[in-house]
Amino acid sequence: MTGLAPSFGGASEFLDPQYELLPFRFMRLDEGRYVATNLAGDYLCLSREQLAAFIEKRLPANDRLLNDLEARQFLRRGYDLAPLELLAAQYRTQQSQRRWFTSLHLFVGTLRCDHSCQYCQVSRAHDAAAGYDMTPETADRAVDLMLEGPSPQLKVEFQGGEPLLNFPIVERIVRRTKAQAEGRFVQFVVATNLALLDDGKLKFFSQHGIKVSTSLDGPRELHNRNRPRPGRDAYEATLRGIQRCREQLGHESVSALLTCTADSLRQPEAIVDEYVAQGFRSIFLRHISPYGFAARSQQRIGYETEQFLEFYRRGLARILWHNQQGYPLRETYASILLNRILTTAPPGYVDLLSPTGLGLNCLAYDYDGDVYASDEGRMLAQMGDDSFRLGNVHQTRWRDLFLESELLTIADETMTEGMPGCADCAFQPYCGSDPVFHHVTQGDRVGHRPSSAFCRRNMEIMRHLIRSLEDDACAARILRQWAL
Amino acid sequence: MRSPDSATMGPMILAGRAKFAGADRTSLAMIDDEALSRRAPQGQRGQLRRDQELTLTVPHGERTATVVLPEEFRYLGPGDIVRISPAEQFVRVLYRRTSPHNVLFFTENCNSRCLMCSQPPRDALDEHLIEDILAIIPWMDEATPALGITGGEPTLRHGKLAEVLATAKAHLPRTSIHLLSNGRMFVYPQFAAQLAAVGHPDFMIGVPLYGDTSATHDFIVQAKGAFDQTIRGLMNLGAADVPVEIRIVIHRQSLPRLTSLCRFIARNLSFAGQIVLMGLEPTGYARSNWSELWIDPASYQDELGRAVEILEAGGLTARLYNHPLCLVPDHLRHIAARSISDWKKIFLAPCASCSRRRECCGFFASAAMRHSLAVQPL
Repeated sequence: MTGLAPSFGGASEFLDPQYELLPFRFMRLDEGRYVATNLAGDYLCLSREQLAAFIEKRLPANDRLLNDLEARQFLRRGYDLAPLELLAAQYRTQQSQRRWFTSLHLFVGTLRCDHSCQYCQVSRAHDAAAGYDMTPETADRAVDLMLEGPSPQLKVEFQGGEPLLNFPIVERIVRRTKAQAEGRFVQFVVATNLALLDDGKLKFFSQHGIKVSTSLDGPRELHNRNRPRPGRDAYEATLRGIQRCREQLGHESVSALLTCTADSLRQPEAIVDEYVAQGFRSIFLRHISPYGFAARSQQRIGYETEQFLEFYRRGLARILWHNQQGYPLRETYASILLNRILTTAPPGYVDLLSPTGLGLNCLAYDYDGDVYASDEGRMLAQMGDDSFRLGNVHQTRWRDLFLESELLTIADETMTEGMPGCADCAFQPYCGSDPVFHHVTQGDRVGHRPSSAFCRRNMEIMRHLIRSLEDDACAARILRQWAL
Repeated sequence: MRSPDSATMGPMILAGRAKFAGADRTSLAMIDDEALSRRAPQGQRGQLRRDQELTLTVPHGERTATVVLPEEFRYLGPGDIVRISPAEQFVRVLYRRTSPHNVLFFTENCNSRCLMCSQPPRDALDEHLIEDILAIIPWMDEATPALGITGGEPTLRHGKLAEVLATAKAHLPRTSIHLLSNGRMFVYPQFAAQLAAVGHPDFMIGVPLYGDTSATHDFIVQAKGAFDQTIRGLMNLGAADVPVEIRIVIHRQSLPRLTSLCRFIARNLSFAGQIVLMGLEPTGYARSNWSELWIDPASYQDELGRAVEILEAGGLTARLYNHPLCLVPDHLRHIAARSISDWKKIFLAPCASCSRRRECCGFFASAAMRHSLAVQPL
């Protein structure tokens, strides 16, 4: 008995040989390959000849590549509507959280800090200086303004300065937010070097489910060199603090952020190993941003994007190696990008959105009540450029922050779907815009893509991730898990 | 869910010929018992007598109908519901109170014609089946763990589906309902919304999907345009928050795109509660098209492993049905369910010494023609 019973139709009867191309983007991945992305970012790697054959409709009707392209909505057959609806659903899902508007709110309870890090992004004040603390009235107004926003999910993050130096304002903001948030889901995070942690503060964190984000730059010597503090014991103080937080609040309640300097760039493996030694499950290989004091001393601690990329690739390789040894460690930036490359989940990272997440996803309340579109916008103002100041909690109404500021113009300018150099980029669905960075480095919020360090860095990291997914089965297995 | 116990279930003959006296029209009857908590109306309570013959007596208008049942119906007990059809001299069991596997059979009609359909459709005038179902749901035991809705294609009775669901919700609030549908009718968003509006607390729709391209799926279900409708239907169900599971039957025609289909599902249909990878049931059309469908499960272990890995990496729950444990890779055995009903299941000679036989789904008894060559005791 061979073949189908006579009353059944053969496969060719159900194949519509005609197809039309749906909108997609493509570019070179490396010497031999192109990467193509559909309207919502599903991707496929193919050779130049395959790409040309597809576009010129020279591929055989039941070719495997053609089927793969159909399954990723690069084409549709006949009058099928499913491919269009699938694309629409993917795009809609990706954008679904934007309708809730601003969810991340940064509070600077004080500008004072007990550390004097050379790269400090926040233009700190000396820890004994007067006049750099947020007043209770300003804090109350800031909370009230935040709660005028419609977002059902709020993330309240305390930045600084060192928030623990003005702890009463932290307590006040947490209590007032909780009392008035009425059914909204609120998360609190305190960004602190932990040197001033004590039992009372820990108890408060525990009572209110507050998470801790601290800084760990790498091994002792590097950390202490990067983060000078009287006694030169920043590293020891931070580790002590991490330990106490884990004991009192649980292991996952404390995460660490890395700022890399020229010294860091030489030792990605040692930094990664330090995170493993300290029991962290994630590490963020962050580039340094050109704001605050960092911009002023860029000659000294600055470094080329290429150096950072080398650092990133080496660091990532080390992280993957640890995973293969059985220690699960994620790189945060790769996770953010893989989430966009491999899933349709709405992106949560405000620094990489289209249009920009400035203001629309994030607001920063400075100690004096000034409201900025982002923390970087606030740091810029410390240097005398208040381009991203939206108002002041004492004078500005919620709607005016958005409608009476330049924000809508900025949003209009920063949709990568239409930005020069971005509109045709295969990585457009994964990327976003950073108007503050381009304003600072190129004097223009849109910026010039070919000379943009932001563009170069993101393009290369994405290329590297896609190559790893395609060429290295062992790495791909780990990277796929990070996408969730 | 209670698991069926083969010793007490015995062989299940669901329909058969019987001898009738005093009956002239089709009617429904429930086997009566004083201890029952839920009961049919007086006029539809039958008495089962087990003398030399198995006899069911039911009020029949002014008279009493007597039905002499064949021996195979000896398993019938209190609370069970049958349809008697004197014109055809036929009795069909519609509900067994002690079974976890009851199904509401909506229709024999179908708008697809899958190459491997285990229950080939028929063009039949059978709208009355729904009326019977609506009538008997209130008689069923509230402890019934689950009811399946099947066919044919149940959504061809779209006008009545929401009513059946609402009736089940009202009378059997703790019973989970599982509808098996090709999903095509849900291309109409208002139909999906109508089912969602019933607000049944434990309702799920199982939708088969056999490919990630229209040509593959349409060929397997033998209906042009089916893929487009099923995909859009699934999306409408997802948008209406109706829980769905996706069922993929693995055979020679679906295997080549199995892993890419799983990738497609992970990206586009991640709202699905679970994805079920099913072995072929050698019944119905599957037998007619055997040579084009059969592939030894032992030969697709790699693809199965990759498919599950893709689904799980996408955050989805993968399950294996109709896959005997010895034919799947060791690391997938924990997701293999004992999916073959006891009355359809057999074990083979090598199974006699297998240590995991109790956890295994076994083999379809109907697979007389061929089993895997790789069956071995574990």
